[in-house]
Order: sequence, then structure tokens, then C-alpha cells
Amino acid sequence: MDNFTVGVVVFPGSNCDRDVSWALEGCLDIRTKYLWHESSDLSDVDAIVLPGGFSYGDYLRCGAIARFSPLINALDEFVKSGKRVLGICNGFQILTESGFLPGALVTNKNLNFICDDVELEIVSSKGGWFNNGDEKQTIKLPIAHGEGRYHCDSDTLKKLVDNELIALRYKNNPNGSSFDIAGITNEKGNVLGLMPHPERACDEIIGGTDGLFTLKSLILK
Amino acid sequence: MDQFAVKVFVRLRPSVLDPAGEATKSASIKLGAEGIKSLRIGKMIEVKIEGNGENEVREKVDLLCDRLFANTVIEDYEYSLEKL
Repeated sequence: MDNFTVGVVVFPGSNCDRDVSWALEGCLDIRTKYLWHESSDLSDVDAIVLPGGFSYGDYLRCGAIARFSPLINALDEFVKSGKRVLGICNGFQILTESGFLPGALVTNKNLNFICDDVELEIVSSKGGWFNNGDEKQTIKLPIAHGEGRYHCDSDTLKKLVDNELIALRYKNNPNGSSFDIAGITNEKGNVLGLMPHPERACDEIIGGTDGLFTLKSLILK
Repeated sequence: MDQFAVKVFVRLRPSVLDPAGEATKSASIKLGAEGIKSLRIGKMIEVKIEGNGENEVREKVDLLCDRLFANTVIEDYEYSLEKL
């Protein structure tokens, strides 16, 4: 795994790209490479993170413009090959807009931009993104979003539940998400999207390390 | 080539809560407006577009609406088209 490289995508307006890179390199000793959104060559990265921020100024809808970048076009083949993709916050919004994950993320119920630490229940560890052992099924991660209310129709929700695609649920739903959903995976498990920020919880000195497991799982095959 | 002025209206689906609409409704009532039963906020997009006749332009606009202007998971759209 010495050469394992995680690509961190940079859109105009991304603002968590450096946090993700720092958490991976500094806390986990995993090599990273920034990928400009206009690049479509993913041949030298083994996993990809779509970081948080406000890609393209959140114009039209969060993630709506990013969906048409060359990099997102190239992502389809990357995902089909089974490689891992993690979308955090705006990255999650991009994954739903581009159809890699079902549903959509809309304005928080209370209209507030919520910046807080939240308790999350690990519902499924599909894809190995979370440690769902007996000893720990709740984690605490920071959230920071204005449009994080997960919405999907009842058929989609049933599919998510039946196929164990719901990864995380809020213990005290802060934004009005359907079924308290904070993060979901695709059916294969190699794509995870979540609103909370694991990269902001990778060192005790900044308030917790519950995000380490998820970032470390990027190197899983 | 004909040129058309298109007005696209994008609305949150009725099943999707519109908190901004609710807040605006509340402010409208505080302003003293009476009788407001519901208030929902959408978007209007104006496009000028060229094409060979209305049918071809409609095809283009349908694609734009379906793939970009609206996210049909949460939004509905409709548009009007005027030949210039």
C-alpha cells in the first residue's frame, strides 16, 4: 500500500480540500494528490474524495454545476471499477446530483446554516466505511451546512432500508432529513456520501478522532 | 434559424417542504397581508435560444430542464416559449 494515493478533487469553491488532504497525510500517512475539476485522468489515484465547500458558488443548486465537470464525467468508470469514492458535505450533494447516490439534499428545515458537533448512529457498515462493532455504534462528527436535509421519495427510502444502504443517522436530527439520514452508500458499497465532516475529527486536539476510521477505510480494496 | 424566448419555471415538488416559502409566508402575515393560504418559492430562468422550428427548440429545452435546470427528485418544471 506504499503507493496508494487518494485523489482530492478541487472545484472552484471547494474549501475542505486542504483539510481532507491534511487529515489523510498528517494523521494517517496516506498519500494524496489534488485533482483539478477539469482533469479527467484518474489513472494515478486509487480512491477519490469529493470534499466539502461551495463548488461553483452553489449556483442553481448545490452540486448541480459540478456534475458537468470533466472529472465527474470520468468518475463513472472509476466507480464501476469498484474503486472507492467518498463525498463529504458538498461532495455528497454532488454525488446525488450526478446520480451516483439516490435522493437530494435541500435547505435545512430551520433555514439555519448549522455548524455543530452531532451524534450519529452507525446503521450499516456496508463497504467497511464505519466500525460497526458491538462496542461502538455511535460516533460524534462535526456538521457545517445550510443545505443538508436529505430528501427522497418513499420508494427510494424503502430501497435504502431494505438494502442496508443507510450508513449514518442523526441521533437528534438537526436539519429535518428524511428518516434522520446523514449518510448513505451505493449498492456496491464503494461510494459513500455523508453530510458530516470526518476530516474535521481526526485529532484529539481539535475535539475528536471519530472521523479517522472512515478516512482510513479509503485504502480498503 | 428561428429564435425563441423561453421562460422556465422550476418549483419544489409539493411533497418537498419549502422552509424559505414558510418563512416568507410568516413575514407576509406580519406585514398585514390577509388570506394567504400557502406560499412557495421557485425559480424562473429566461433563455434565448435558436433552432430550426419549435419542435427542435422544445427538445433542447426539455433536455436543459431535465438534466440541469431542475433536479426532478425534488423539483418540477414547466416552460413557456415565444417566437421572437
